[in-house]
Amino acid sequence: MEPILEIEHMSVYFTQYERGIRRRVLPVIRDLTLSVEAGQIVAVVGASGSGKSLLAHGILGILPYNSHMEGEIRYAGEPLPRERSAELRGKEIVLIPQGVNYLDPLMKVGAQLRKGSRDEKVRERTSRALRRYGLSEETEEMYPFELSGGMARRVLIASAVTGIPRLIIADEPTPGLDVRAAKRILGHFRELADEGAGILFITHDLEQALTVADQVAVFYAGETIEVASAADFSDVENLRHPFTRAIWRAMPEHGFHPVSGTQPYPGSRETGCSFAGQCSASTETCRETDLIPLRECCGGMVRCLHPGKEASL
Amino acid sequence: MKHDRKEKNRRKSTILFLAAAVLILAAVTAAGIILEGTATETDFSRTNLAPGTGGLFGTDWMGRDMFARTLAGLSLSIRIGILTAAVSAVIALLAGTAAATLGRRADAVISWCIDLVMGIPHILLVMLISIACGRGFAGVVAGVALSHWPSLARVIRGEVIQLRQAPYILVAEKLGVSKFQNVRRHMIPHLLPQFLTGLILLFPHAILHEASVTFLGFGLSSEQPAIGVILSESMQYLTTGRWWLALFPGLALVLAVILFAVLGERLRQLMDPSSVHE
Amino acid sequence: MRLEARDITFHYPGRKKKPVLKKFSIAIESGERVGLRAPSGRGKTTLCRLLAGYEKPQKGQVLLDGRPLAGYRGACPVQMVWQHPETVVDPLLRLKDTLAEAGEIELELTEKLHIEEGWLERFPTELSGGELQRFCLARALHSGTRFLLCDEISAMLDLVTQAQIWDLLLKESEKRDLGLLVVSHNEALMERVCTRVVDLPWDNS
Repeated sequence: MEPILEIEHMSVYFTQYERGIRRRVLPVIRDLTLSVEAGQIVAVVGASGSGKSLLAHGILGILPYNSHMEGEIRYAGEPLPRERSAELRGKEIVLIPQGVNYLDPLMKVGAQLRKGSRDEKVRERTSRALRRYGLSEETEEMYPFELSGGMARRVLIASAVTGIPRLIIADEPTPGLDVRAAKRILGHFRELADEGAGILFITHDLEQALTVADQVAVFYAGETIEVASAADFSDVENLRHPFTRAIWRAMPEHGFHPVSGTQPYPGSRETGCSFAGQCSASTETCRETDLIPLRECCGGMVRCLHPGKEASL
Repeated sequence: MKHDRKEKNRRKSTILFLAAAVLILAAVTAAGIILEGTATETDFSRTNLAPGTGGLFGTDWMGRDMFARTLAGLSLSIRIGILTAAVSAVIALLAGTAAATLGRRADAVISWCIDLVMGIPHILLVMLISIACGRGFAGVVAGVALSHWPSLARVIRGEVIQLRQAPYILVAEKLGVSKFQNVRRHMIPHLLPQFLTGLILLFPHAILHEASVTFLGFGLSSEQPAIGVILSESMQYLTTGRWWLALFPGLALVLAVILFAVLGERLRQLMDPSSVHE
Repeated sequence: MRLEARDITFHYPGRKKKPVLKKFSIAIESGERVGLRAPSGRGKTTLCRLLAGYEKPQKGQVLLDGRPLAGYRGACPVQMVWQHPETVVDPLLRLKDTLAEAGEIELELTEKLHIEEGWLERFPTELSGGELQRFCLARALHSGTRFLLCDEISAMLDLVTQAQIWDLLLKESEKRDLGLLVVSHNEALMERVCTRVVDLPWDNS
C-alpha cells in the first residue's frame, strides 16, 4: 500500500543562546526515518526529551523559528514543504494535542470546533463529530474549564475529525487518564484507522502503544533506533535493539528491570551509537562508528551494530 | 556544525543597541548640563536667525542659541524623567507588594487607590498635584511621580500574588527554606525584570507629561530652559514663520521618548528567560 | 513513625457542597508502601497535598506520630513528589541551587538517580521531564525525610526511567525505613511496588 507519510533522514537543529551572546546549534533529531500507511497506526515511543513532539511539529510545519530542518518529508507521495503543510493542516493532516491547554479557554467548545463558521453544514458536521464520541449538545455550550480530562480529550479528537483527515498526529493524547478512559480513547484511534486514516501516535508509554499500534518506532536521543511490528513485542527475543529490549524488560509485568544511565543530552554526544553508554553489549566499534545507519533486520529496522544482543540487566 | 547559516546574532545586536542608546542619552544629559549657561545667554545682535547662519538650530527672539537650549531642555527633561520614574517605581513596588502580602483589607484599599489614580486623566492629576506643591521643579516632580505608579503597582501585585502560590516556592518552604531566603532566591529574581522594564517604560511617560504640564504653564518656571517652556514660548512666533523654534526642540523630545520606549522593550526581550530560543 | 489523616473533610474555597474528601481516614506506618487507587479527578492529588501539609483540612487532622504536622520546624519529614516536575523547580535557578535547598544531598544518592554532573549547571527548561523528576526525588529524599508521597511520579516518564526510579525508591525506602504513599493508574506497577493498596471512597456526597 502507498504510504501516506514518509520521512527520510530528517534532522532538526536548534540555535540557542548559551550564557551571554554565545550561540550553539543543537541537533535534536538526527537522521530519522519513518513511514505511515493509510489504515495503519504507527506508534512513536521514546523518553521525554527524545524529540518526539518535534517530529510532530516538523510534519505540521510549526517548528519554532530558531530551528531548521534537513531531510525529506513526503505526504501521499509528494514532498511536503512548509507552505503545503500549512495548507493541509487542520484539513487533511490534523493534530490531536496533549490536553485542554490547546483549547481557547474563553471560547465555547462548539464555536471553537466550528472555527467561527456559521454555516449550517459545519454546525451539523461538528455536532455529529461530538455525538460520535458520546458528547451531547450541551457540550457545545460549555467552556473548556468545565470539561473533565476525559471529555476534553474527546473534544480534541472530535475537533480532529470534523473534516475527513488522512493523516492524524496524536501527541501524547492520554496522560492523566485512568486506564478505562485511556482505553476508550485508544479505541477511537483504531476506528479512525479502520476508516482509512494513517495515524502517528506519539507516546512515552509503550504498554499503551502496544494495545493499538500496528508498528512501533522506538526513539532514543533523537534517532529512530528500531521499527518493529507490535507483534514483535510479544516475545523479547524478536526485538532487535538492546534499548528496545531494555524497555520491554522495564515493564512492570516483565520484571521491572532498570538499566543504569540516562539518555544523552543533545549536543553532548560525540561519535558512536547514542545508546553505547547504557548498553553492556557495546564495543569499541559501537563507540567510534559515526552515524550508524538504520537498516533492515528480520522484518523490521534497527540502528545497531550488534542487533539482538542484550543490554545490561 | 555542518551547516553554516549566516544569521545575525540577535542578542549581540540588542546589547549593542542598548549600549548605544544609553550612551546617547547620557551624552545628551551631560551636554545639557554643560550648556546650561549658554542656553540662557542673550545676544541681541543675533536675534531670530534661521538654522545655518545662526548656529545649528538657529536663534530665538532674544538671540539665545536654540541648539544649546534644546540640549539643555532635553537634559532637564531626562533628569526629571529619571527622578520621577524612579520615585514612581519605588511607590509601585511598595504598594504592589503590600497589596499582595498584607491581607485582603490592605489589598482592597490599595487596589481602590490604584483604580482611583488611574481613573483620573494623567495630565489633570499632574497639574493638580503640581499646583498644590507650588509648581516649579518640586511641583512637577511630585505631580509626575505621584500619578505614574498605578499600572506598575498592578503588575507587581499580580506577580507577587502568583509567586506566593508558585509550587516551587511552596516546596522550598516545605524543605525548610526560610521566608527571607525564599524572597531573596525565588521572588526577587522573578520580580526584577518586571520592575526594571516597568521603570524604564515609565521614563517616556514621565518626560512627556512633564513637558506637557510645563507647556500649559503649570510646571517649571519660564526662566528654566525646559522643552515645555521652549515650546510654549515659541507658539507665538510660529505664525511669523520662525518654524525652527518649535521643530527642533519638539523633534528632540519625540526622539528621546522613542529611544526610551525602545530601550525598555529591548531590555524586556533580553531579560525574558525564554529568549534563549530567539 | 506513623503518618495519619483522621476524619478529614476538605473542600476547595466556595465549593462547600462538593467536598473532595469527607471524613476520610488513612494511616501509613514507616516501612509501609501504601498504594492509592481511584479514578481521575477523585481527589488523590488533594489527599497528597493534605498529607504533606500544603492544604489544611476544614475538619479533622493530619498527624505525624500524634503531633500535628504544622508543629514540625525546619525541613518537613513528610515530602511530596509531584506529577509534573517542571512546575516545582524555579525556572530562573540553576538546578544545583534548587538541589541545594534540601541541604546536603549525598553524592551517592544523586549517582544512584543517574543525575549527571553537567545537569547541575543547567536551567530547568533545558532538561526533560524525566531528568527533572530525578532532581525532585533527590530533593525530596533529603536526610530528614520519613514519609514520601508519590503522586503519579512516573506517569509522564518512559518505562526505562520509570523502572530506574522505582528501583531506587524501593531500595531507599527499605534502607531508611521510609513510609510511601503511591498514587498511580498503573495496576501492574502498584502490584510490584506496594505492600497494600487502598481505594479512595467513591461516594463523597
